[in-house]
Amino acid sequence: MSFLEAVRLAFGMIRAQKLKSFFSLLGAFVGVMFLIGVVSIVKGMDHWVRNDFAGKLFGVNTFSVLQRPRVQMSEMSVEERRELRRRPRLREQDYDAIRELMDGRALVANQSIDLVHVYHGGRRSRNVRVMGVSENYFTIRNVNIARGRAFTSHEVALGLNVAVVGQDLVDRFFSGVDPIGQEVRAGDFVFRIIGVAERQGRVFGESQDKFLIAPYTSPVKRLVNPHKIVDIIIVKTPDLPSMYQAMADVEALMRSRRHLRPGQPNNFHIETADDVLSTWAQISRVMYMALPMLVGISLVVGGIVIMNIMLMAVAERTREIGIRKALGARRRDIMRQFLVEAATLSTTGAGLGIVAGLGLARLVDALTPLPAGVSVPWIFVGVLLGIGVGVVFGVLPARKAAQLDPIAALRFE
Amino acid sequence: MSEPLIRIRGLTREYAMGAETVRALRGVDLEIQRNEYVAIMGPSGSGKSTMMNLVGCLDTPTSGQYWLNGVEVSQMSDDELAQVRNREIGFVFQTFNLLPRATALHNVELPLIYAGLGARERRERAAQALESVGLGDRMDHRPNELSGGQRQRVAIARALVTEPSIILADEPTGNLDSTTSEEIMRVFSELHRSRGQTIVMVTHEHDIAAHAERIVTLHDGLISSDRQQKAA
Repeated sequence: MSFLEAVRLAFGMIRAQKLKSFFSLLGAFVGVMFLIGVVSIVKGMDHWVRNDFAGKLFGVNTFSVLQRPRVQMSEMSVEERRELRRRPRLREQDYDAIRELMDGRALVANQSIDLVHVYHGGRRSRNVRVMGVSENYFTIRNVNIARGRAFTSHEVALGLNVAVVGQDLVDRFFSGVDPIGQEVRAGDFVFRIIGVAERQGRVFGESQDKFLIAPYTSPVKRLVNPHKIVDIIIVKTPDLPSMYQAMADVEALMRSRRHLRPGQPNNFHIETADDVLSTWAQISRVMYMALPMLVGISLVVGGIVIMNIMLMAVAERTREIGIRKALGARRRDIMRQFLVEAATLSTTGAGLGIVAGLGLARLVDALTPLPAGVSVPWIFVGVLLGIGVGVVFGVLPARKAAQLDPIAALRFE
Repeated sequence: MSEPLIRIRGLTREYAMGAETVRALRGVDLEIQRNEYVAIMGPSGSGKSTMMNLVGCLDTPTSGQYWLNGVEVSQMSDDELAQVRNREIGFVFQTFNLLPRATALHNVELPLIYAGLGARERRERAAQALESVGLGDRMDHRPNELSGGQRQRVAIARALVTEPSIILADEPTGNLDSTTSEEIMRVFSELHRSRGQTIVMVTHEHDIAAHAERIVTLHDGLISSDRQQKAA
C-alpha cells in the first residue's frame, strides 16, 4: 500500500468518526496553537520593545542620568533599596553643568514629571502627566507638534507659562474649539496652550496622550519637584560611539560634582536603551524556556489520547485488519496504515493549531500595540511536531495491529 | 501428470489448549490438480477449518510439507505468506468479510492495493470483476446497502480480481437462504466451467458439496474418504 493510499484511508477514517477524531487531535491542536501563538506574540513583543518601546522611551543614541534605575529586575536587599532611596536627587545645576560639558556635542534636556489634575472651564482631567522640561526635550523625545509650536529656549529662559498638551486634553476640553491660545489650569497655575502634540496612541491599554509639557523654569516646577530638583537629564548624541564617549564624560563630571572618590560607587544611575533591552532579553528568554514545557506537556497528553484512541481503533477494527491480512497485507502495510492514521490525526490537529495560533497572534495584534510576528520556521516546527507526536504515539497501537493473527482477527466479532 | 497445484505431505497441526495439546490434523496427504473443483467436508471438530487455514496460507503446520504451485510454503514467514495469499489465493468467507465502510468497488480493489497496482488499473480490474459477477450496477453501494447474495458476489469478485490460482471458499453459503445459496453455487460452477478456475470449498452441507467434482472428507484430523463425483 502506498503512502498516499494510507493518507487517503486515514482521512476517510477521520471523516467517518468525526467526534472521536476531534478529541484525538485536540492535544496536538492545543500544543501547536500555544507554540505558534506564543512564539508569534513573543516575536511581536520583541520587535515592539526593540523598535517602539525602547525607541520611544529612551530614543536612539540617547542616555539618561537618573537618581536610581527605573526598571529593576533582580532581587534587591533592603539595604540596597535603602541606599537607592538615600541617593541625592539631580539638581538643575547638574543639568546646567552637563549641558555646558556637552556643548555642541549633544542635545541635553531635563525632565521632571508628576500626575496633576488639570482644569478648564469647569471641567477636570484627572492625573495628567504634567512635565517640566527644557526646550530640547521635544527633539530628543521625538515629540512632534501637530498644531501650534513647541516652546523655545527664550521662553524657557523667561519661565513663561506656556504649554504643549497631548490630544487627550484637547479631546476633553476643546472639542470643536481651537485649543491654541486657550488657557488651562494645572494645580494653582494657569498655562497658555501654544502647541498640541501628535497622537501617540496607547501602550498596554494606557493612553500616551494625557500630558501637559511646560518649561521647567515656569511655575510648573512647583508642581513636579522640590525647588531646583529635576528627575531626569537626557543626552542625545549624533551616533553610538559619541554616545559612549558622552556617557563616560558625563559620568566623570557627575562623580566630580558629587565628590566621589575613586573606588566609591556611583550614587546616580546612567540608563540607556540597553538596560531595557537586556531586561527584555531576560523576560523573553524565560518565555522561550517555559514554552517548550507548555507545548511539550500538551503534546504528550495529546499523544497519549491519540495512542488510546488508536488502541481502541485497533480493537474495534480487528476484523478489518484480519480481512486486510487475508487479502495480502503484510505487517508493514498494516503498521503503515495505522501509523499514517495516527500521524494524520495529529498533523491535522497541528495544522488547525497553527491556524488558531496565527489567529491568536492576529487577535493580540489587533487588540494591543504589539505587532504579531509570524515566522515560517516555527510553522514548520509545528507541522513536524504534529507528525512526530502521531508517529511516536502511534507505534504501539500500529505494532499491535500489525502483529494480529489473521485467523483470530477474522473470527473476531 | 504435471506438478499438482496443491501438494500436501504428512501435514499435522497441534494447538496448545491450556495443559493439553489438541491435534487438529494428524498427518494429512492431499493433492489437488489445477482446474479441480474440490469440496472438503467433515463434521465439526474434524479439522476442516484447520485444513482450510493451512491451505489458505493463513497458518503454518506443526509438521509436514505443503507445496503451493510448486513452492514450499510450510516454512514461510508471516509476510511471505501474506504475499502468497495475495497472489495465489482468493478467499470467500461465510460471513463475507467485506469492509463495511467501503464501497463494493473499493472492497474489490483491496487485494490489488496490496499487490501494488496503480489506482487506475485497480479500478478497471475491480469494475471488471464486479461486472463478471453481475454487480456492474452496484459498484458504489456499501455492503449494508446490498443483499446477502449480493454481498457474497462482491466477495467472489474480490477473490477473482487478482486472478488467483485457487479460490478458497469457507462455508460460502452458510449465511444465505437456500435460493440465494443456489445462486451463489451457480456462480462458482460457472467460474469453474468457463475459466477452469480451481476451487476448494469447505462445507458441511451435502447439497452444497454436491456441486463439486471431488469430495474430500475429514474425520478426526485424517482424510477418511476422497472420491470423484459427477457435479450436480
